[in-house]
Amino acid sequence: MSILEIKNLKASVDGKQILKGINLTVNAGETHAIMGPNGSGKSTLAQILVGRKDYSVEGRVRYDGKDLLDMDVEERAREGIFLAFQYPVEIPGVNSTYFLKAAYNEIRKHRGQPEVDAMEFLTLVKEKMKILELDQSLLNRPVNEGFSGGEKKRNEIFQMAVLDPKLAILDETDSGLDIDALKIVASGVNKLKRADNAQIIITHYQRLLNFIIPDFVHVLFDGRIIRSGGKELALELEEKGYDWIVKHPQAKELVAS
Amino acid sequence: MTTPAETIQQFVDRDYKYGFVTDIESDAVPPGLSEDVIRLISAKKKEPEFMLEWRLKAYRNWLTMTEPKWPNVHYPPIDYQKIIYYSAPKPKKGLNSLDEVDPELLKTFEKLGISLQEQKRLTGVAVDAIVDSVSVATTFQKDLEKLGILFCSFSDAVQKHSELVKKYLGTVVPYNDNYYAALNSAVFSDGSFCFIPKGVRCPMELSTYFRINAANTGQFERTLIIAEEGAYVSYLEGCTAPMRDENQLHAAVVELIALDDAEIKYSTVQNWYPGDREGKGGVFNFVTKRGKCAGRNSRISWTQVETGSAITWKYPSVILQGDHSVGEFYSVALTNNFQQADTGTKMIHIGKNTRSTIISKGISAGRGQNSYRGLVKILKAADGARNYSQCDSLLIGDRCGAHTFPYIEVKNTSAQVEHEASTSKIGEDQIFYCNQRGIATQDAVSMIVNGYCKEVFRHLPMEFAVEAQKLLGVSLEGSVG
Ligand SMILES: Nc1ncnc2c1ncn2[C@@H]1O[C@H](COP(=O)(O)OP(=O)(O)OP(=O)(O)O)[C@@H](O)[C@H]1O
Ligand SMILES: [Mg+2]
Repeated sequence: MSILEIKNLKASVDGKQILKGINLTVNAGETHAIMGPNGSGKSTLAQILVGRKDYSVEGRVRYDGKDLLDMDVEERAREGIFLAFQYPVEIPGVNSTYFLKAAYNEIRKHRGQPEVDAMEFLTLVKEKMKILELDQSLLNRPVNEGFSGGEKKRNEIFQMAVLDPKLAILDETDSGLDIDALKIVASGVNKLKRADNAQIIITHYQRLLNFIIPDFVHVLFDGRIIRSGGKELALELEEKGYDWIVKHPQAKELVAS
Repeated sequence: MTTPAETIQQFVDRDYKYGFVTDIESDAVPPGLSEDVIRLISAKKKEPEFMLEWRLKAYRNWLTMTEPKWPNVHYPPIDYQKIIYYSAPKPKKGLNSLDEVDPELLKTFEKLGISLQEQKRLTGVAVDAIVDSVSVATTFQKDLEKLGILFCSFSDAVQKHSELVKKYLGTVVPYNDNYYAALNSAVFSDGSFCFIPKGVRCPMELSTYFRINAANTGQFERTLIIAEEGAYVSYLEGCTAPMRDENQLHAAVVELIALDDAEIKYSTVQNWYPGDREGKGGVFNFVTKRGKCAGRNSRISWTQVETGSAITWKYPSVILQGDHSVGEFYSVALTNNFQQADTGTKMIHIGKNTRSTIISKGISAGRGQNSYRGLVKILKAADGARNYSQCDSLLIGDRCGAHTFPYIEVKNTSAQVEHEASTSKIGEDQIFYCNQRGIATQDAVSMIVNGYCKEVFRHLPMEFAVEAQKLLGVSLEGSVG
């Protein structure tokens, strides 16, 4: 069953077109990797899927049978869409655990489930913390405030573990992580994968894909997916660079259209 | 679909819910100020001679003074001859019990969420309720009396405890201290008086609730709190006013005196009418609050949450005279729409090893202007004095302003003074991040603002902290964008 179905998605900001017609279907149980050079539109795609309003958007996106573009940001989140931000935001003064509990309870309320209290939540948090080997002291600090780059990224995946999304979008979660942290985060992401959820992993590096094996790899170039393939596409890219794909006859045709 | 900016706007725009007027007859003197008016006020209150003399001295001094122009606030000139200096709800005969309080007034306070029926009160809080110029009821007086604690209206104190009043009045804020304090000294009508004798820990929160009801009336209350050796008291002050198009003047004076080993905690949640969204009307809140740590090891702390008033001009201060005494100031000041606040504190270190802490959190939204003004003064004899100040400003939207004016004067080389300041903004990015985690904009703003104020709320008594959080939420509705 498809969780996400993107049809001819176009987006522009200040008259500049960034996404020029994206088509992508993600089924339950799948992991998709999106690669592509800087500025090709990967983060823009992620931001539009979670509901950022800065863009004027055309096309259709169905999520879990519903029209995604009609939904508010928080509604999408409560329906199970999660974005691990490329640049996680600091919220001074707001305790991380308190923040995450509020988020968790919003999702429960949305599902008509009773809210959990602080004690129940702590039990859940302790369990999820093990998956990410996260230092508990981070959770007693304000959200992302003063976290190192790597800590912020790891905290995003920790939040994902707690909120248990149906569709997780990871925007360059690997950048800024040292090799040990990368392995821990990747194994965390793998543990969260199930037959009824899906993941979209945005990355520049094939390295991450050694640990999180994607079912599909897509190359985004200048606002379009110019090539899709299996996990071997990432290896090929690493070897030959983007130039090789861009010059490929199939891609030339797409870019010109 | 509403954008975060719109939602935040609605959030800031919620209306002032205390703006109703109680229809009650009042006994007022005609507008204007003169020696005759002062004599009339004093006579109405059947005051002893010394009180009238003091008032007249203050008045004559006031005539020679000019309004301060240094605060970073702007308002049209005040015509002091148009103000009514005395207004009391009728009938105003001496009340023997709460049953004699006008039911209309009881209803007013119920509407404000303050019950004057003792059995309905939150246990542990005694209230002195003041409408316009007079105290209308004081609860739990008898229970407190058993411990030797005096808690009554200032007028009662002048009658019944005139020796104490005479001994302490004006010892912290002299009648000629500043323009508004001099005016207050001349015309003050009522307020609260509180005396905690040696060694007594006051078992309940004492609280005064101020309400301006009558039109064109100035409120000039006077509060005097004395904690003798080893005594402790926690005091709360709350205030509201009806919505009126004209500005109303509130010029209060509060004096605190702590003797050896005594502690006074003074908390305020100020919610005077701030004026409408266009900046029309609202209360001018020009207040002088000062405490004196007269004894060794004494401690005075001011905690304030300032959300109301069109203009706030207020610097609760501590004179640290006793050795090892401690002064604290914790403040949240919020300005929204066209509100202006110039507030802060003065810590005057005189005694040895005196310590002071200043935590100030300014929040500006709409076109609000928020200034922190603080003075830390370490005198020559104050060996080992220490001060820590932290002044933070939070901006919501981009039409508001935050300003910081810290003044530091150090005359003793062993002193340590530390000052930190920061300015931050609730950004669309923060709101978006919260939204993406399923948290709605309104809850996100509340969460961020409350997180920002946490250090101050921690110092408020429990029920007050909850009240303050709610109040901030209401005062901020519609503020981002
Ligand atoms: N709000 C905006 N206003 C103007 N330009 C924008 C905006 N958002 C994105 N862009 C532009 O759109 C293009 C795509 O940006 P995007 O962040 O999606 O790239 P990316 O593929 O994620 O790149 P990177 O690999 O560097 O993260 C860039 O040229 C960027 O400058
Ligand atoms: Mg990006």
